[in-house]
Amino acid sequence: MYDIIILGAGVIGCAVARELSKYNAKILVLEKNEDVCSGTSKANSGIVHSGYDAHNGTLKARFNIEGNRMMGDVCNELDVPFDRIGSLTVCTDEKNISDLEALKERGEKNGVEGLTILSREDLLKVEPHIGDEVVAALYAPTAGVICPFKLTIAFAENAAVNGTEFRFDTEVKKVYCDNGIWHVVTDDEEYTAAVVVNAAGVYADVFHNMVSEKKLRITPRRGDYILLDRAVGGFVNHTIFQLPTKLGKGVLVTPTVHGNTIVGPTAVDMDDKECTATSAGGIDSVIEKSALSVKNLPIRQVITSFAGLRAHEDGGDFILGEPDDAPGFFDCAGIESPGLTASPAIGVYIADLIQKKYSLSEKADFIAQRKDILNPSTLSLEERNELIKREPAYGTIICRCESVTEGEILDAIRRPVGARSLDGVKRRTRAGMGRCQAGFCSPKVMEILRRELDIDLTQVTKSGGKSTIVNARTKDGDSNE
Amino acid sequence: MNKVDIVIVGGGPAGLAAAVAAYDDGAKSILILERDEQLGGILNQCIHNGFGLHTFKEELTGPEYADRFIRQVSERKIPFLLNTMVMEISPDRVVTAMNREDGMFQIKAKAVILAMGCRERPRGALNIPGYRPAGIFSAGTAQRLVNIEGYMPGKEVVILGSGDIGLIMARRMTLEGAKVKLVAELMPYSGGLKRNIVQCLDDFDIPLRLSHTVVDIEGKEHITAVTIAEVGADCKPIKGTEERYTCDTLLLSCGLIPENELSTAAGVALSPVTGGPVVNESLETNIEGVFACGNVLHVHDLVDFVSEEAAKAGVTASRFARGERSADSGREIAVKTEGGVRYTVPVTVRPDHVEENLTIRFRVGDVYKDSYVSVYFDDTRVRHQKKRILAPGEMEQVVILKKQLDEIPDLKTITVKIEP
Repeated sequence: MYDIIILGAGVIGCAVARELSKYNAKILVLEKNEDVCSGTSKANSGIVHSGYDAHNGTLKARFNIEGNRMMGDVCNELDVPFDRIGSLTVCTDEKNISDLEALKERGEKNGVEGLTILSREDLLKVEPHIGDEVVAALYAPTAGVICPFKLTIAFAENAAVNGTEFRFDTEVKKVYCDNGIWHVVTDDEEYTAAVVVNAAGVYADVFHNMVSEKKLRITPRRGDYILLDRAVGGFVNHTIFQLPTKLGKGVLVTPTVHGNTIVGPTAVDMDDKECTATSAGGIDSVIEKSALSVKNLPIRQVITSFAGLRAHEDGGDFILGEPDDAPGFFDCAGIESPGLTASPAIGVYIADLIQKKYSLSEKADFIAQRKDILNPSTLSLEERNELIKREPAYGTIICRCESVTEGEILDAIRRPVGARSLDGVKRRTRAGMGRCQAGFCSPKVMEILRRELDIDLTQVTKSGGKSTIVNARTKDGDSNE
Repeated sequence: MNKVDIVIVGGGPAGLAAAVAAYDDGAKSILILERDEQLGGILNQCIHNGFGLHTFKEELTGPEYADRFIRQVSERKIPFLLNTMVMEISPDRVVTAMNREDGMFQIKAKAVILAMGCRERPRGALNIPGYRPAGIFSAGTAQRLVNIEGYMPGKEVVILGSGDIGLIMARRMTLEGAKVKLVAELMPYSGGLKRNIVQCLDDFDIPLRLSHTVVDIEGKEHITAVTIAEVGADCKPIKGTEERYTCDTLLLSCGLIPENELSTAAGVALSPVTGGPVVNESLETNIEGVFACGNVLHVHDLVDFVSEEAAKAGVTASRFARGERSADSGREIAVKTEGGVRYTVPVTVRPDHVEENLTIRFRVGDVYKDSYVSVYFDDTRVRHQKKRILAPGEMEQVVILKKQLDEIPDLKTITVKIEP
């Protein structure tokens, strides 16, 4: 029997787990995929929003502002890359400047600090590639960019270090309450707990509706993105949003915290909660729409495209806390944008609700700090050579595009909640995330995974499940040994 | 800091040939830096034959061809470091490299030869819509898995792109028992060598579908099927022409990109057409003392020409390192392209530095039948050679004699063009 079971190891599930791990409680996180950060948390804009967009008085507004304010400290504590570069929301029609002013007012009511409206002249000084039709922009200095993988992974690692259990490849089939005890049924086991936290992303409605009569409906809203090589880093210096118009919400163009440029997303409502396939129309539309914000986007430098699913609930707001008819079941549902920004605040909020209701005591030996995988390029030449002398694996480059060493990959696999697949290694170290998209490093990373996990090469996967990479020896493969 | 006359970045066919030629020209202080665990570069995974017909007048496999040069390097006792990644090259030719044994170290070189080769264009750069499952490989990655690691990616294969590695892998996968269903090529012509189409596709009844591309990829975890469609003249898919093929493997052979991240960081200017450095007749880049050869300069289809080009870079680098410079009157001729010629290497020629002759290598942008390769000295046509076929997949060259250049002291422009 657990005290708390958390459904889903995305950024929200992991943030809640991390906050709850401050208390004396037996916590289990169940995840249907093979790793943390495998759903919506891995496929989004990587933006820390300032908070002007959400309507006054909504949970989105409140937790956006709170999350934004917390993000600096959280990222310091957990060693997550975060850069408060500021955002610009551009307006391309003089007639719409009043809308820009309305946004500013809404933001100020939400509590966003430092909002100003910049003229085209001012914009050109900071963003030389701004589109020809842009007339003005709302500048939000508190917005930033973050690594969504690292934030989720850091929450999870820290939760694990503080005693939280994680179980992957475990799909929850049924949740029910019997005599005040929650039962969570998976393919091969039935777990029990006093509390269930529903952080199941696009599936949060499914679990909520199993336990409550007040039904939710989450529509997976797909967004296509394109990602450009770091070689075009500095193309834009801020996150550039478009002022929503009658024609739609527009797309953003932003540097990522790692120096790539990302453009997207589209917004298409889907029936299938697994449909992360990009579409030709989506990619074309992202490129076309970006031209309003910036000119001469170097499309030839696109290194990949991907799609993510927003968990859009019919009510349009976050749903946080216990439904009236399901005490002990805590929803974190409808977490779409600004969910990533809000995650630290949601984690604290949900943990507080549970702590107060169940009078959890604080752990005396809670470890708040987490160190990320060492990035040798941040070291001086002398320090680096000392490291290589101590651990020669840091002298071997595995991913040449992103200069990732074997030492970093070993660390990614060996640390708590470690990587078990190529994508797991990629999200933790960036190996395979560069311009050749793992063409050169994947055979090498496969070999390291094989060795470290003590499995056969045919069992090494891209992202768990059926995603094996090779399926058999060649005819004379055995003699190649 | 260690000092070396010539540092060669890359121990593949280009680096090896450059090293041997530099040594034979008299350079004795040479260091080859190779990132892989053995010399030979990509040739080590090219276990098919067809290498060396020009250089050795016999058909060798890739490893055999590499071995010929590796032997020459070891006979000359030219030093090399394996498993060593070059991290940075500075404009004043300080090379920073790293390996397990020596850590990170710097070498001051009199001359640097760039011989890093190229990489394959990945799926993401092709903007193919659909899922991003396992089972999608660039052809060279699959080649490494099959030929070096000894593992098969799958049993039912579709190949997008008819580059040479894709064609070679169509045959290789077939020989290993896989069913290669088709090769789809976006363009109305193949990007590979004619001989590879005959020997790797036709001989195995593998269909080549020109003007076709992949428009959808199915399978969330592992690829299960692709949809291909015919494309129009604008390379956009034509509705109603879609055909679905089940498969567990999709190989991509959609072009090679010279790997010039190190060069760019050193300040080397690149050609937007080739993606390789802009060089003069000595294969020297805009950064003095930095030379380039092989696939990092422009993508070749035959290794024999890589060796030939690299030998040239080896000699010119050796002379530069010795401080030997021919008297230079400052004359410089621009090499221009017209009518279907996409690029030339080199793009500038200083006649004072041309020895007996000058080889200009180039590629065309379309298929030309019964056309002429013409060379103009300013407005005068000096060469008009009939070619039965010219194709984008086959590199061409013209050779100009030094004395032709010397005959016209005020020559400004050499133009290479295709004429009907």
